[in-house]
Amino acid sequence: MINNQKQKTQTIQVKRRGIVYLVKDRCKGCGFCIEFCPMGVLKPSKDFNAQGYHYPILVEEPPNKVCIACGFCTVICPEFAIYAEPMEEEKK
Amino acid sequence: MPMQFVKYHVRDKYLKTDRLPHIWCPGCGIGSILNAFLLGLEKANIDPDKLLVVSGIGCTGRVAGYLNMDTFHTTHGRAIPFAIGLKIARPDMHVVVFSGDGDLVTIGGNHFIHAARRNNDLLVILVNNLNYGMTGGQVGATTPHNAITTTTPYGNIEDDFNIPFLAAAAGAVYVARWTSLHVRRLAWSIAEAFHRKGFRLIEVISQCPTTFGRRNKMPNGLDMLKWFRDNTIVKHNADLRETRIELNRKIVIGKFIDIKDKPTFEEQAYGLVEKVRGVKRGE
Amino acid sequence: MSLEPGTYFFSGNEAVAEAALLAGCRFFAGYPITPTSELAERMARRLPQVGGVFIQMEDEIGSIMAIIGASWGGLKAMTATSGPGFSLMQESIGFAAMTETPIVVCNVQRAGPSTGMPTYVGQGDVMQAKWGSHGPYEIIALSPSSVQECFDMTIRAFNLSEKYRVPVILLMDERLSHLYEKVRVPSKNELIIINRKKPREKKGFLPYKADDDLVPPMPPVGEGYHFHVTGLTHDERGYPHMDPEVQESLIRRLNDKIRKHVDDIVEIDTFMMDDADIAIVAFGSVVRPSIRAIKLSRERNIRAGLIALKTIWPFPDKFFEDISSRINTFIVAEINYGQVVREVKRAIGDKAKVLLLPKMGGALHTPEELLDILMREAK
Repeated sequence: MINNQKQKTQTIQVKRRGIVYLVKDRCKGCGFCIEFCPMGVLKPSKDFNAQGYHYPILVEEPPNKVCIACGFCTVICPEFAIYAEPMEEEKK
Repeated sequence: MPMQFVKYHVRDKYLKTDRLPHIWCPGCGIGSILNAFLLGLEKANIDPDKLLVVSGIGCTGRVAGYLNMDTFHTTHGRAIPFAIGLKIARPDMHVVVFSGDGDLVTIGGNHFIHAARRNNDLLVILVNNLNYGMTGGQVGATTPHNAITTTTPYGNIEDDFNIPFLAAAAGAVYVARWTSLHVRRLAWSIAEAFHRKGFRLIEVISQCPTTFGRRNKMPNGLDMLKWFRDNTIVKHNADLRETRIELNRKIVIGKFIDIKDKPTFEEQAYGLVEKVRGVKRGE
Repeated sequence: MSLEPGTYFFSGNEAVAEAALLAGCRFFAGYPITPTSELAERMARRLPQVGGVFIQMEDEIGSIMAIIGASWGGLKAMTATSGPGFSLMQESIGFAAMTETPIVVCNVQRAGPSTGMPTYVGQGDVMQAKWGSHGPYEIIALSPSSVQECFDMTIRAFNLSEKYRVPVILLMDERLSHLYEKVRVPSKNELIIINRKKPREKKGFLPYKADDDLVPPMPPVGEGYHFHVTGLTHDERGYPHMDPEVQESLIRRLNDKIRKHVDDIVEIDTFMMDDADIAIVAFGSVVRPSIRAIKLSRERNIRAGLIALKTIWPFPDKFFEDISSRINTFIVAEINYGQVVREVKRAIGDKAKVLLLPKMGGALHTPEELLDILMREAK
């Protein structure tokens, strides 16, 4: 179901773009943000953080596979590690 | 635009960040629920200085300690009676009880039903992870029938409490249930409940991959979130006889009860003062 | 309205309730139990009259936790119970001690163990009052022996709990709770009321950093202190801290704040002790037949005196050490099978003979019983 949504979103015209922020060393690698990002923009890092976990990083960007600042990662993150915000010009 | 590595999170103002990382396991849902609570708080426009948070004992009992507010980590099962006294002493403050299923409806079950009956003005966030996590995954009054725990190695032969049904029967004025995956709806529900009065219960079904999931074929947090995604059905005002949690049936979530303007215990207690003294409070 | 100064005719239960209101108590949570229900009933009637709240909880655990919560909310609060309920409250008493919460618990002792004799006197909760919760901690326990003392000591119990941020147990017994006597209610300027210290400034405030008296100021809620209260071992910030060194300094301080103020806390009454060489040690209702026994013994030229313990915990070790050199025999009369006698023996060592005159419960010692042992031992 989630995968279907991902397929769909790739054809949607992106109206706003976001920036993903990460407090890297808070991440415990649960993968919630990666799994449930509606745009599929995240993947696990190869590197470890200070706690020894693979933190999320952005996928290599194909066109349109971009953060839309929906904020789901911000609220599902159990570690208060990741959040997304609209780009400055988008906020206006 | 590459990912920005930063030192602070947008919710940090609500947290005692010098206590992070918290004690909850990787993949645990309590952090997500706490996160949604803070979003709900923000949506409801509540001043954190006018909020008191009371927890009991257990994994969820640790919530209070991470909040940068006036917070109380009480004894096992007794968060509600502590909060009752606190709210009576300070009826001007919002009092939230944030604790687990074992704490609130197993050892503390009697306080739970009586606070609902009296309509003590408390917002109760009950994190139901279906077992006793902190002590190693024992069966609780919320563990579904047949589930494997460390004290039900052959499967649970007992039935579990249907918490929304229990709360509603006891008199709760607001009853909702979400999961740790439905964080946006949860935050919305919390925001709404902040603007109700009386005994309000929000049950949040959560994952405990470490002690529950591992023994029930869902060994990590993601497995359990997928279970919530695929096995829940949103049904507002559902018939509460159908909200029991069973491993092989859809879990009913949603807002079940929303009664406005039922007088709270505190309103009536201070109303009594005015009646007995024949004057308005503060005169 | 609190009570006007003057003379009243009260039972022990009523005197405690009225004194609590005068001391500033504005919250009572309780659960019905013999022989203290009249106290709750009076609070239910009187608290709304003074702007306070009474709540009847679902059990004694809920009752004591509610008063602990109310105390953190800024109210002076109390509960009242008897043996079975007091047993249920023990975990929470430890929590109040650990979190330094001022509360007053009135325990009207009845004959036990278990349901025992609910309407008859007992004194079997002395050790439970001190050691009932787990872990090393100190509380204060006061023991009145007249209705006037019930009144006075209730005010003192609130004052001590506020001053030292500690649970104070008013260790009454059934006889006193139901005894009616004349009570003199002092005028406003005779009354001493102590309130908890508040933090002097918010900046850099550490909620569990104690002053020189080992008592930390208690922050009010809702004023931006953002303090955390926990029953876990905590550091000066109030943060849980699992470390033997933190445990060492916290638990030492929690105990020492009482132990180092024994002289301020302990009160003892003596009767005809100036020339005595034999003494009855008694507390609570047993003080009353003991006075009669001393008078009878004096008529028989026995130089007996009475030591009436008004403070049982902390135990008045120093008093007994000092007096032991001039007393040959201490007779400890108590309605149990030997609790205070252990403390007397510990304080005195082998400097004098210490005897127990026990009663299992249900009745006071008679003056004749006490006189008999005095006559036997004075030979």
